[in-house]
Amino acid sequence: MTRDEALAQFLLRMGDNTLILGHRVSEWCGHAPVLEEDIALANTALDLIGQTQMWLGLAGEVQGMGKSADDLAFLRDVWDFRNLLLVEVPNGDFGRTLMRQCLFDAWHSIQLGHLMTSSDERVAAIAAKASKEVAYHLERSADTVVGLGDGTEESHRRMQEALDYLWPYVGEMFQSDEVDAEMVKAGIAPDPASLRADFDALITRIMGEATLTIPDSAFGHKGGRTGKMHTEHLGHLLTQMQWLQRAYPGAKW
Amino acid sequence: MKNEWPLWEIFIRGQHGMSHRHVGSLHAPDAEMAIKNARDVYTRRNEGVSIWVVEANHIAASSPGDKGPLYEPSESKVYRHPTFFDIPEEVGAM
Repeated sequence: MTRDEALAQFLLRMGDNTLILGHRVSEWCGHAPVLEEDIALANTALDLIGQTQMWLGLAGEVQGMGKSADDLAFLRDVWDFRNLLLVEVPNGDFGRTLMRQCLFDAWHSIQLGHLMTSSDERVAAIAAKASKEVAYHLERSADTVVGLGDGTEESHRRMQEALDYLWPYVGEMFQSDEVDAEMVKAGIAPDPASLRADFDALITRIMGEATLTIPDSAFGHKGGRTGKMHTEHLGHLLTQMQWLQRAYPGAKW
Repeated sequence: MKNEWPLWEIFIRGQHGMSHRHVGSLHAPDAEMAIKNARDVYTRRNEGVSIWVVEANHIAASSPGDKGPLYEPSESKVYRHPTFFDIPEEVGAM
């Protein structure tokens, strides 16, 4: 694998995470429990889609095959996606959506903090722009997790169920392979495993405040970021996200 | 138990040097979330540099029925308006 091939994979992983999570969060538009949360979720989704344009735009540039961010988003099939399994699982209830957001935001903010000092200036510039948005995402999702976890009996139960359901998807964020090794060697991105201690400290503090118990299990689903095996849910998501370009190839407006 | 979040009145300062202006209201469980919600609902298009939130039930308001005694007495007192001076051109807009 050449340096650029590894970099393209890394960029797809970043961009596919924000694309798929952005799409998932956008599914709440018009359905959130209250107007204020509806707009806040839509804002988050739009931030993530904006970041996707930057990551996938750069991925297409590095690939050098003339593909735009839109081509990569709308004309690839399931096996070409490199997002974490965490971001493709269905939204579930509002609590699970916010729990997933909080877990992702915690990882995302730490990752972007490292990427801001990337040896690749293009990567550092995207990270600097995205990190301001993500700092707010984390503040908001963490506050909501604390509010609902340490809330009523029902909200506490739902948040604990959400954490139990999602925890097995957390481990994948910290797995490393030859793509990551190449990125570390080039000084472009940190070793995913090296982010775990900061993540655990942050999440332990948030879940403690939320009076929630982190499951005592190291089992982790994997296969998303390598593209080896996605969940059945990603294909269904893509049929919705990509149908227009599939039905009317090249359609523009 | 009340299940509705309290109502908050939202004030946004558009730019430094301007006053905060009332822009609308929203619901939130506490002041911190009210600020966050205001950020998401009222500053999406880069409208503000500062947000104030006030729980609506802390605002004391005049009663519309009192408008006679409150405002009508000033209608006949034109001398209260500073319109009896010639303002020099070079002062510009006031």
